[in-house]
Amino acid sequence: MSEQGVDRSKRQFLTTALTVVGAVGTGYIAVPFLSQMQPSTKAKAAGAPVEIDISKLETGQLVRAEWRGKPLWVLNRTPEVLEILATDIEKLSDPTSVNSEQPDYAKNEFRSIKPEIFIAVGLCTHLGCSPTFRPEIAPNDLGDDWKGGFFCPCHGSGFDLAGRVVKGVPAPTNLVVPPHRYITDTLLLIGESATEDKA
Amino acid sequence: MKSKHLNACGNWFINRFPLTKLWNDHMAQYYAPKNFNFWYFFGSLALLVLVNQFITGILLTMNYKPDAGLAFDSVEYIMREVPWGWLVRYMHSTGASAFFIVVYLHMFRGLIYGSYKKPRELVWIFGMLLFVALMAEAFMGYLLPWGQMSYWGAQVIISLFSAIPIIGDDLSLWVRGDYVISDATLNRFFAFHVIAIPLILIMLVFLHIVALHEVGSNNPDGIEIKDSKDPWGHPIDGIPFHPYYTVKDIVGVAVFLFFFATVIFYMPEMGGYFLEHANFIPADPLATPEHIAPVWYFTPFYAILRAIPDKFAGVIAMGGAIVVLFLLPWLDRSPIKSIRYRGGLYKKAILLFVISFLGLGYLGTQAPTATATIMARIFTAMYFGFFLLMPIYTRWEKTKTVPKQLTNQPTIEDRIPGWIETANEMVKEVEVEKEGQTVRQKRPDTAGIGKVLLRTAKNIKESLD
Repeated sequence: MSEQGVDRSKRQFLTTALTVVGAVGTGYIAVPFLSQMQPSTKAKAAGAPVEIDISKLETGQLVRAEWRGKPLWVLNRTPEVLEILATDIEKLSDPTSVNSEQPDYAKNEFRSIKPEIFIAVGLCTHLGCSPTFRPEIAPNDLGDDWKGGFFCPCHGSGFDLAGRVVKGVPAPTNLVVPPHRYITDTLLLIGESATEDKA
Repeated sequence: MKSKHLNACGNWFINRFPLTKLWNDHMAQYYAPKNFNFWYFFGSLALLVLVNQFITGILLTMNYKPDAGLAFDSVEYIMREVPWGWLVRYMHSTGASAFFIVVYLHMFRGLIYGSYKKPRELVWIFGMLLFVALMAEAFMGYLLPWGQMSYWGAQVIISLFSAIPIIGDDLSLWVRGDYVISDATLNRFFAFHVIAIPLILIMLVFLHIVALHEVGSNNPDGIEIKDSKDPWGHPIDGIPFHPYYTVKDIVGVAVFLFFFATVIFYMPEMGGYFLEHANFIPADPLATPEHIAPVWYFTPFYAILRAIPDKFAGVIAMGGAIVVLFLLPWLDRSPIKSIRYRGGLYKKAILLFVISFLGLGYLGTQAPTATATIMARIFTAMYFGFFLLMPIYTRWEKTKTVPKQLTNQPTIEDRIPGWIETANEMVKEVEVEKEGQTVRQKRPDTAGIGKVLLRTAKNIKESLD
């Protein structure tokens, strides 16, 4: 084929232009393709805040609920437990919850808004197993140092009754405290924080 | 008359499709080294298992329901009510484990005979990509029965993504398609397991074989057979793949199927290693089983993950354990391919590597006690030491001279007289009184056994030098 009279720069320009247009088109179609793997509207709706009535929650009692498909715990702690939580902090790896996930209003020694009411996501921060509730003091299987808490059967992580992880276990951080607020004194809303600018 | 028509028909086809050329290039005139030993069965066996997984997998999809509410029951339905459903399902589940056994042995073959070295780096890379795709395929397939171990295993593994800083949480949300493992996750894993990854596997198998047939097969001597050719341009030490190796591989297939069938019919759960006990309980998102362990073929990498006290570093180490395998062709600096002519240093290194890999595999199935964790850390250090120190120690090793052409190894028949002699050495004849008569009986001879053991130990030590 004769190459005479061929404007090579024009040919190059057209090739480049077409490549760019093609790349942009690919980028556009990639958005819906990748986004369709995001949680659906239905799944997001199931992730909406849930209300929990705690008026009947007795002292020392733990109730389980489901929030975003995860186990959610609400625990009413006794004054004795609070006493232990305030003093027995030697064994904890993050007693002040610096490296842990919780809303700012729960970043205190009891990790809660009201000292006695503790709310947490019941999944170990290691690899997501659900720890068991072990409020008893010094049971046979967990040893004399156990002052009540949560114990993960999967990889042996222990947490105190404020969900704070003890030292030397695989779990890196304290149990997650979800955003929550009190609608009334005994009605909790899990999954949403109280904000000033909220209508 | 008839054969004439048949010929015409055949010619019509061959004029339009390069069937003869394909057949000759890859079978009848593909010259493979004549000295393949039993390690060379596992490539064709992997292909056999792949076909098994495809056929049984297609049959299973006809009755399986990828729905969180129906999945568990549909698997039980296949097991109890579909005609021969139990066989198809056990062939598929046992096939998954068989696939990894065959592939691990296939990879180890490459490791000891240097099949990853120039000019076969790409063959190794495609093979490693196959291994990664196979792991993804197996992991996603394990969620489908929707048992407790399916659910919590997937929960643990997908949680690994969330250890990645910044994008981790969004990434694991995107993978799950929900805030927890749910119906959405099950449905998409089904899509990946049944369509996406099998397509990738097929393409990679194609690339793996095309790349291999371009450069030619390696062999236990690690000598390039293309370097010495006969006057017709064929490698002197090569024999056509078909019929020589097709026939040989059929023997391997028969032996493999013997073991495969034994597992399927007599121990399909393999004591909880192939199908874990907790997986016969339907998935419960609110209660974790007492002990979580992945299926055996993931346990070495799982043990590495648990050995590292930091969550993110653990995930990096686990990924790194696979990434270093990709780099193998460039980490190994020795010019010699086969272990037969490599130095004792490398042989000892491989021995330590095998110990660490098997040790990690065992520890991954056990609960992480303090001792187990320390052992896992030692083995992890050995595992990475083998690869990362390779550029150093492979320079030091004293290699042997590699012959120009393939060597003849003694066959099993050749070895039998030697074995009989050794057996005789370990017994002595003694006279014993029996029912009033003196009879000569064979008794174990301590001195003889000691001599044989000493010699064996010496031989092992020598072969490691």
